[in-house]
Amino acid sequence: MTVNGVEQVRDIEPRLLLVHLLRDELRLTGTHWGCDTSNCGACTVWMDGLPVKSCTVLAVMADGRSVRTVEDLEGPFGLDQVQQSFMDCHGLQCGFCTPGMLMTARKLLDDNPDPTDTEIREAISGQICRCTGYRNIVAAIRHAADAEAAGRGDT
Amino acid sequence: MQVPAFFEYQRATSVAHVVTLLERFGPEARIVAGGHSLIPMMKLRLAQPELLVDVNDLHELAGITVEDGVLRIGALTRHAELLASPLAGEHFPILHDAERVIADPVVRNRGTIGGSVCQADPSEDLSGVFTALRAVAVVRGVDGDRTVPMREFFHGPYETAVRPAEILVELRVPLQPGAGSAYVKVDRRVGDWAVAAAGAVVSLGPGGVVEQVGIGLTAVGDADFTAVEAEDLLRGRVADEYTFAAAGEAAATHCRPVADQRGPVDYKRHLAGELTVRALRDATARAHRGGSTE
Ligand SMILES: Cc1cc2nc3c(=O)[nH]c(=O)nc-3n(C[C@H](O)[C@H](O)[C@H](O)COP(=O)(O)OP(=O)(O)OC[C@H]3O[C@@H](n4cnc5c(N)ncnc54)[C@H](O)[C@@H]3O)c2cc1C
Ligand code: FES
Ligand code: FES
Repeated sequence: MTVNGVEQVRDIEPRLLLVHLLRDELRLTGTHWGCDTSNCGACTVWMDGLPVKSCTVLAVMADGRSVRTVEDLEGPFGLDQVQQSFMDCHGLQCGFCTPGMLMTARKLLDDNPDPTDTEIREAISGQICRCTGYRNIVAAIRHAADAEAAGRGDT
Repeated sequence: MQVPAFFEYQRATSVAHVVTLLERFGPEARIVAGGHSLIPMMKLRLAQPELLVDVNDLHELAGITVEDGVLRIGALTRHAELLASPLAGEHFPILHDAERVIADPVVRNRGTIGGSVCQADPSEDLSGVFTALRAVAVVRGVDGDRTVPMREFFHGPYETAVRPAEILVELRVPLQPGAGSAYVKVDRRVGDWAVAAAGAVVSLGPGGVVEQVGIGLTAVGDADFTAVEAEDLLRGRVADEYTFAAAGEAAATHCRPVADQRGPVDYKRHLAGELTVRALRDATARAHRGGSTE
């Protein structure tokens, strides 16, 4: 499989979950592991371009596919806009939910550069944040959308 | 840390390959689609298959099409794909009503339509939807394809008409021009399983008389997910509030909910009645507008 654009070859047990392959074998500990029951969304990564909960995907099921984790958001010119906006708008406190939130937010804005607050709330509805009360997360995603629109020269 | 017990894994290259593997390994082999019901069950040792057959590469199981007056939904269609399909929404708004309230967008990227109905959880939303729609399941085994009406598909909690060496290929929903359809659910919080839910599909004749009707109930203990008594009562009557109330009462009387952490029996019975009324009301309003949500 490729992880963040890098080909990875491993011999693994079929029962290994994707989240553990990423964290324990590849040492990509940005992806968090929370509830283990597909409810909290802290483990959200992209598989073939779609956000999925990696605690409920077997690593073997990702064989031959491309996986993208939060480590890949930062580019050569610095943080991704969603990362920057989470910082600017206090979209995180403890940061546990943040990797999952960022991956879902990035996907949302790629598909829908100008979402309504309702659409933002819907997009992150499978993810739990114990700290922020969600308000600042919604504001951060809104901020990222506006900053990207300004960057593109949209009005 | 929850980790499944040991098992072997094979990625299927065709539907025929799946059937061969299932046949060879017997009941200890299980299909895995989205894995969003099976993997949690394996973590909890509620399921302990020896072989998992991964069907995620089988494009022949994917896709939503309309052919010869039938909407065909491949078993590997993801919840998110059904929700995004204009074809599905145009013919049967009930499909979009339901998908909007199934789990959350990230789970919907992975969970499949086939996995949902084959799981046969008593709270599975699509079970009530496809029985209301009188859909037909196409199941393939060594001897080829056979069809099973969704009303005969569920044999009890977590049990279906799909035999150990068979695979669900697709669901077929006969188009019902002019029919209106709707789904309503009460859950404790966004994305949770239903406390109770109801779906309705209504065809009206001259004078607003109900010609054909399907009612599906989820999470209230009907093994076959249908409210037949309410359907019988509606056919031939004018679709108005008075009739809806009578149908709701019939649905409430005949359902068999069990008390659990989502609520006591009387509350669920009350919901079964009230949600039947609301689903009928919405479906009928759509039927008056020619079936659409506009
Ligand atoms: C957090 C969470 C919340 C959820 N909330 C809801 C909800 O509100 N409402 C709701 O209805 N559902 C809900 N679900 C369930 C969701 O819809 C699942 O995706 C679905 O039940 C299973 O689909 P799957 O493709 O993941 O199936 P899998 O887990 O892959 O398979 C489930 C079962 O079906 C069998 N199977 C799969 N495909 C086939 C096939 N083609 N032929 C024969 N057998 C097959 C498997 O062998 C297995 O026994 C939720 C799930 C999660 C994780
Ligand atoms: S750890 Fe995967 S959803 Fe919580
Ligand atoms: S910032 Fe702590 S859980 Fe979201």
